Amino acid sequence: MSSLVVRNVRKVFGPVEVLRDIDLEVGSGEFVILVGPSGCGKSTLLNIIAGLDTATAGEILIDGRLVNHLSPKDRDIAMVFQSYALYPNMTVRENISFGLRMRRVPREEQARTVERVAKILQMEHLLDRKPSQLSGGQRQRVAMGRAIARNPRLFLFDEPLSNLDAKLRVEMRLEIKQLHERLKATIVYVTHDQIEAMTLGTRIAVMQGGEIRQFGPPQEIYDRPADLFVASFIGSPSMNFIRTTIVAQGAGIAAAMKDAQGDFTMPLEGFDALLRPRIGREVVLGIRPEHIVDTATARTGEAARFNRRFPVDLVEPTGPDTLVFASINGKPVCCRVHPDQACAAGQSMELQFNVSKAVFFDPETEKRLA
Amino acid sequence: MAELQRTRAAGAGAAGRVVVYALLVAFALYYLMPLFVMVTTSLKTLDDIRAGNLLALPGQVTFDAWSRAWSGACTGVRCEGLRVNFWNSVSFVLPAVLISTLIGAFNGYVLTMWRFRGSDVMFTMLLLGCFIPFQVVLLPMAQTLGYLGIANSIAGLVFVHVVYGLAFTTLFFRNFYVSLPDGMVKAARVDGAGFFTIFWRIILPISPPIIVVCVIWQFTQIWNDFLFGVVFSSGERQPITVALNNLVNTSTGVKEYNVDMAAAIIAGLPTLLVYVVAGKYFMRGLTAGAVKG
Repeated sequence: MSSLVVRNVRKVFGPVEVLRDIDLEVGSGEFVILVGPSGCGKSTLLNIIAGLDTATAGEILIDGRLVNHLSPKDRDIAMVFQSYALYPNMTVRENISFGLRMRRVPREEQARTVERVAKILQMEHLLDRKPSQLSGGQRQRVAMGRAIARNPRLFLFDEPLSNLDAKLRVEMRLEIKQLHERLKATIVYVTHDQIEAMTLGTRIAVMQGGEIRQFGPPQEIYDRPADLFVASFIGSPSMNFIRTTIVAQGAGIAAAMKDAQGDFTMPLEGFDALLRPRIGREVVLGIRPEHIVDTATARTGEAARFNRRFPVDLVEPTGPDTLVFASINGKPVCCRVHPDQACAAGQSMELQFNVSKAVFFDPETEKRLA
Repeated sequence: MAELQRTRAAGAGAAGRVVVYALLVAFALYYLMPLFVMVTTSLKTLDDIRAGNLLALPGQVTFDAWSRAWSGACTGVRCEGLRVNFWNSVSFVLPAVLISTLIGAFNGYVLTMWRFRGSDVMFTMLLLGCFIPFQVVLLPMAQTLGYLGIANSIAGLVFVHVVYGLAFTTLFFRNFYVSLPDGMVKAARVDGAGFFTIFWRIILPISPPIIVVCVIWQFTQIWNDFLFGVVFSSGERQPITVALNNLVNTSTGVKEYNVDMAAAIIAGLPTLLVYVVAGKYFMRGLTAGAVKG
């Protein structure tokens, strides 16, 4: 059964349509990420699920119960906020038990719950401190503790890691993931960070302009993005887009390309059925940087490959890999090569395209061709 | 050479310091002078005042003037000192300060945490209230007090000061609450707390810095008010500021400067006390919103 169902939800602020016909189904125990650039409506959607904001139209069901007209406290949810939102006048213990006190849970049970939560989050020694005496990471842990204490049907996270520094963010990310696995909780998690989305989610909803562009498991979104927006938003450095014309080449088809040395074609083995109808027309070829590598690291196999020497315009070492930029069809194309194999800027090196990993988009509709 | 320059610079620094301190001392003396004159004059006998000069120390220290100012001096036709009026002032200043502060806190809470359609317009209109001069509201206020049946009463003065103070207290609290993370109220709502519970259990307990500012401001304003006091009360119900004026301007008999001075100090003491007690929180509260903690 689905823990959360969002059906045809719309939200209009005056003339602005913030959310248009959102449909979302979240299964029990799922960790769903709402990800998108700022202003895409993800936080508004979360607030509507929480009951902190009202939808203009549509329905929200939690565990099969219609909750549209219920206030946040009656929806059996817990929420973790970006600003931690701890009550500064209360100790950690009081912060965690506040929700229980509001629900008139017996005192002994409150105490037991606080102990249990403190144990899970390893903060027994912090219980009598005030939030102002805690570090950022500890505050975030208390905020999560407050949510866990209530044992709700649904957890909502609103960019909980955005206020932490980079190192702490990675640590807390791991903790949240472990927490999810231990509690088997249903979580809806909002972030603008695509790495958080990829690492945490069992499924990701990529949002833009008040719409869900794609909803699926992380790897599917990464490998088979629904459109140009999803393809460019997920993955860092982002996917290369090469505008090209499909041409017939012998029995197969190929993409017409051009670089500083002149015209060439890249055979598109395995895409015959997909692209033959588009011979003579333009498509956008998308290929991720890790699928254009140096020949030493390249794996040989039956998958379609294409090798060619390219002049390199720019080199960016990142540590584990070095990014080199070659120019194809007038646009820089980012390739991920082994640091030892990278040439200097201005020289040229042989690069291998893993053509079987390429995806194709319609330049008009921006949808992926499938 | 460098050595020489350093000593020269140090010398110039020391000289500058002397000038700065001399100036500071001079200004401090200048501002303390009236207080000095008031205190010494209030401790002198009338003969002493007539014989000596203004700055001379009292030949013989006496508290007669103080006791006369408190319970014997004439304010108009009555000769009971400022005692009655002092307690008058206390009896309407305290409720007026507390009520206006509480309502201001409540307004600020609603205007920041529970925004509604038109809440910004509402706030702007309230702000305009800060710029309305006292004189403008005198007549309509007198009429309103008449309708309400609380003209010439302590309740009436409380009402006037609460209404007039609301604009300021709302402004204080609203600006303080704007700097709080708004997730706090959302979290409390999800936790199951209602509108009033959030106000009492979460918002008010974190407001002391701004409450202090508001209380000092309101206390000073209302205690020192003369115009509303003189217009909306009479006789035994008048506040101390009005009584002080009457005491000083009573023209029968000899001019008792020592009593006038003692009376003026008595009238000013409570505000002085509030500043001494709460003063250090005042600056802290004023700047609390500016720096994100």
